[in-house]
Amino acid sequence: MADNVIEARGLLKLYGSQRAVDAIDLEIHRGEIFGLLGPNGAGKTTAILMMLGLTEISGGSVEVLGFNPVREPLEVKRRVGYLPDSVGFYDHLTARENLAYTARLLDIPRSQAGRRIMEALESVKLADVVDKRVATFSRGMRQRLGIAEIVMKQAEVAILDEPTSGLDPHATFELLEMIRGLKRTGVAVLLSSHLLDRVQSVCDRVALFNKGKIALMGTVVQLANQVLGAGHPILVEAQGIDVAAALRGVEGVQSVVPEGPQESGGGAWRVMADRDVRAAAAQRIVSAGGSLTRLADLQPSLEEVYTRYFQEARHAA
Amino acid sequence: MPRSAVRRAGSPFTGLRPVFMKELSDHLSSVRMLVLTLFVIVFGALPVGFALNDLRNVVVSDPYLFLRIFTVTPERVGLSFIEALNFIIPLMAIGLGFDSINSEFNRRTLSRVLSQPLYRDALLLGKFLGGLATLAVALVALWLIVLGAGLLLLGLPPRGVEVARGIGFLVVAIAYGGVWLAVAMLFSVIFRSTATSALCSLGLWLFFLILWPMIASVITVGFTPSQFTSIDQMVAVAELGQALERLSPNILFREAVVGLLNPETRSLGFMLPMQMRGAIPGAPLPLDQSLILIWPPLTGLIAGMIVLFTVAYIVFQREEVRA
Ligand SMILES: Nc1ncnc2c1ncn2[C@@H]1O[C@H](COP(=O)(O)OP(=O)(O)OP(=O)(O)O)[C@@H](O)[C@H]1O
Ligand SMILES: [Mg+2]
Repeated sequence: MADNVIEARGLLKLYGSQRAVDAIDLEIHRGEIFGLLGPNGAGKTTAILMMLGLTEISGGSVEVLGFNPVREPLEVKRRVGYLPDSVGFYDHLTARENLAYTARLLDIPRSQAGRRIMEALESVKLADVVDKRVATFSRGMRQRLGIAEIVMKQAEVAILDEPTSGLDPHATFELLEMIRGLKRTGVAVLLSSHLLDRVQSVCDRVALFNKGKIALMGTVVQLANQVLGAGHPILVEAQGIDVAAALRGVEGVQSVVPEGPQESGGGAWRVMADRDVRAAAAQRIVSAGGSLTRLADLQPSLEEVYTRYFQEARHAA
Repeated sequence: MPRSAVRRAGSPFTGLRPVFMKELSDHLSSVRMLVLTLFVIVFGALPVGFALNDLRNVVVSDPYLFLRIFTVTPERVGLSFIEALNFIIPLMAIGLGFDSINSEFNRRTLSRVLSQPLYRDALLLGKFLGGLATLAVALVALWLIVLGAGLLLLGLPPRGVEVARGIGFLVVAIAYGGVWLAVAMLFSVIFRSTATSALCSLGLWLFFLILWPMIASVITVGFTPSQFTSIDQMVAVAELGQALERLSPNILFREAVVGLLNPETRSLGFMLPMQMRGAIPGAPLPLDQSLILIWPPLTGLIAGMIVLFTVAYIVFQREEVRA
């Protein structure tokens, strides 16, 4: 309990007879980055709104930092930072004034507010536009201002709904860096997104959401094992020996398939094993007299997992 | 789980103050407020200017000369200042309130603000009170300007009782503004489009200004027998007509204001000759009697404001915050 910042049990949301969120169980640990992934309309935003007490719960329960968002929404909202998808600010106010209003809502003492606002804006690299009206801000700057609000709030949990949607690759990279920064200061982060390869790089654990249900949950590697089959793929490129024959003898190796065009006397091979066999494979090739030119760990891609999973889900349906 | 079954922890007024302060400062610094002020000056200056002009030529000494600035209908304008205010106040209130909630929604600030520690109660009430305070500031300023102009042009100060009646008038005017502010905010909660909510508020205002008196009289005529058989019957029909008219905030405002600013007013409605027995026609009522007289319409206005706000509150509680 002490290590979970969010705990949902059988959390349910009905819109009429439609089950937008269908009895999900979810635990978010202290200090981790958790990714909520799923196609449009899967129910991610609905689940998030229930955690914040911003929409009614139809069944089940959820606790955030030990508080019930239905009965004690103020306690939850005091401690949780929320960045809605396509966040908006008051255009006629400056960045500083916008955060000052939030600071007053949070009842931050005036003596601290100014310093906390400036520090937060510096941490998201908006220090040089503090007194510009938000109307002039780009989408990426608005998202960063939303992160600054969470930093200023000194939230224990940050809930970010599609924080990277509509951002260019560079802005996405910067934003993910800021999310990592949140984690470094001990904040647990729950984020929903469609940008799978980006999410993969920051998330400790992910949940695949589909039609209101959590289809899969765990680390990216665990999901890959479940969906793509168990195994740990590596890439081996060597010259001068029969790579396939040499590697089939290594303990744990399940398959060795050529990757790309094979040249005479060498080439690249994709090796599937039930564990990380890079050390053993390197040793085998060298001792067999071959020259190892490349050895890489092939991370399973979340994109692959996602696509495959939803293909199968559609076929099953 | 019905919301009513859930007990919420924490005060519903958490965060009320910052919302109120922001709303007030937003209004007072907005271009819209500037436009509304110009509008007030144009529409208020004409009747007041001409009324003062007429009053300067009055020879008989009138103990309530100052109040006449408000109530006299100058020949060249055909509109007394209080009649002008019957236009100005609703328009200002609607102008301040028609987009108060749906604009937050359209700017996508609503869910971000509501994810801070405050209840929707505080947001709605803070916005309402902010609008009401803005209205009050504008009305007090207007009132002071009229008073100052009277002082300059008539060359004599108002008596204490006139000032007291004038302050009573301010209270009535603010309550009247509150009714229309609550109407505008109710529509701003119901409709996502600001244009629709503005249109509906203005439509309702026109309805009460133009159509409702006609409808009320048509209904009353329908209940009128071809021949009255008793005086009781006559009284009943007259009272029906009056009760119908009083459903309109415009009528309530007019009654309350006339009762206050025309001290000679002895009754706001229908009166039988025998009720007048013993009264000296044309003699002004003392202030406390006038206050008793306007008490029903004033409480009517305040009650209407509270009911409308409550409806807006209930609708807002049920609304989804997501974009
Ligand atoms: N106010 C509402 N009334 C009825 N149904 C709704 C309402 N809001 C959402 N839904 C339905 O609930 C389901 C889940 O919606 P939700 O917004 O949570 O999905 P999401 O995973 O956030 O999708 P996206 O990736 O598009 O943001 C959708 O099928 C949607 O149609
Ligand atoms: Mg969503």
